[in-house]
Amino acid sequence: MNVGAFRAMRLILHRELSLSFRRPDQLLQPLVFFLIVTTLFPLALSPEMSLLRDMAPGVLWVAALLSSLLSIDALFKGDADDGTLEQLALSGQSLSVIVIAKTIAHWLVSGAALVVMSPLVATALGIPVDAFATMMFSLALGTLTLSWLGAIGAGLTVGLRRGSVLLSLIVLPLAMPLLIFGASATDRAIGGESPAGALYFLASLCVFTSSLAPLAASAALRITLE
Amino acid sequence: MNADAAALTVDQVHVWRGDRHVLRALSFGVDAGQLLHIWGPNGTGKTTLLRVVCGLLRPEQGQVAWGGRPIERIRSEYQAAMAYASHEAALKGDLTALENLRYAVGLKRRVRDDELRATLERTGIGAGADLPARVLSAGQRRRVAMARVLAMRAAVWLLDEPFTNLDVGGSALMSRMLEEHVDQGGLALVVAHHELELNRPIRRLELSA
Repeated sequence: MNVGAFRAMRLILHRELSLSFRRPDQLLQPLVFFLIVTTLFPLALSPEMSLLRDMAPGVLWVAALLSSLLSIDALFKGDADDGTLEQLALSGQSLSVIVIAKTIAHWLVSGAALVVMSPLVATALGIPVDAFATMMFSLALGTLTLSWLGAIGAGLTVGLRRGSVLLSLIVLPLAMPLLIFGASATDRAIGGESPAGALYFLASLCVFTSSLAPLAASAALRITLE
Repeated sequence: MNADAAALTVDQVHVWRGDRHVLRALSFGVDAGQLLHIWGPNGTGKTTLLRVVCGLLRPEQGQVAWGGRPIERIRSEYQAAMAYASHEAALKGDLTALENLRYAVGLKRRVRDDELRATLERTGIGAGADLPARVLSAGQRRRVAMARVLAMRAAVWLLDEPFTNLDVGGSALMSRMLEEHVDQGGLALVVAHHELELNRPIRRLELSA
């Protein structure tokens, strides 16, 4: 009996999550990084709340961006190194299905976890509680978009021995709109203004990358596998 | 044998690796119930050929066809009917032997854990089924890869050096598996640098530099 795409996706998602949870160090690394970077800023700048509040959206978003980049490098690398990527590619499932499942799994353990942790960091940076919802929603959209962009970069660089620098060079320029609109949404919410415009833009970017990145990343992987 | 009628045909395949012309106008056909032993010195493109046949590598010229149709056109259908074992065991060290099989085989067909356990038992990994693959020895890992090929129940087996790291018992088991597979009408391409000890007629394809 053939295995449908949905079932295959669930199976790969399950595989990725069990792999992540067996390596707690790799699971925690991006989160700890996010925590450390955001707590370093008040120490280095000034503990004055008004100043911190102005800087907070930028700090939060830069930290989220870098933390997401830190872990995306391993998206296909591990599987490529031990040969299981070939087995996945020959499983009869479309590569896009594999890319979608792996990217969603990556987002769940990095992006979504970061979103859950963000109120803690936001409190330390003096962001008012009223702005939390907007901040978390924008971060969720932003980190998911980053995971998609990162999947393309990871697909292109998986065959290279030191691909992580190249990966950053590919992904960071593409992530600039995210940084600008994500920080602006959070900033507006802190100032009590409506963040709708920036959120719409983030959402459209997220839809755009969700629909195109699986195709782009699977094309990149196919080339790499040769 | 008429190459057009064969189940799996390789037709005028050319592959370059960098500026090296590895496979030159290679053509052959393998029928159901046949075993083709690919051999030759190192670096003559045995693994490359297998990667072309499994569809990972696209030849610069020529084509591979399954049931008369080019494999890139019937990709998922062909892949569902094919089991490829590379020269490495291709296991996730952090997953147990059973989980490795569950995720690899489960993408090809619906399979229950007890069936996978029984397959592992058959290849001699019964006791190690719940151990992480990284603690298994190289020979044991090879046996898990063997179980994966078996459990896929594929018509086409593409095996790259399947006897590596296996002890005497493991090699004998691998040979028996191949015989059974061929008897049941399966076809197999086996890359091996030594003689195959099978009680079946073996066709041989020799690659030279």
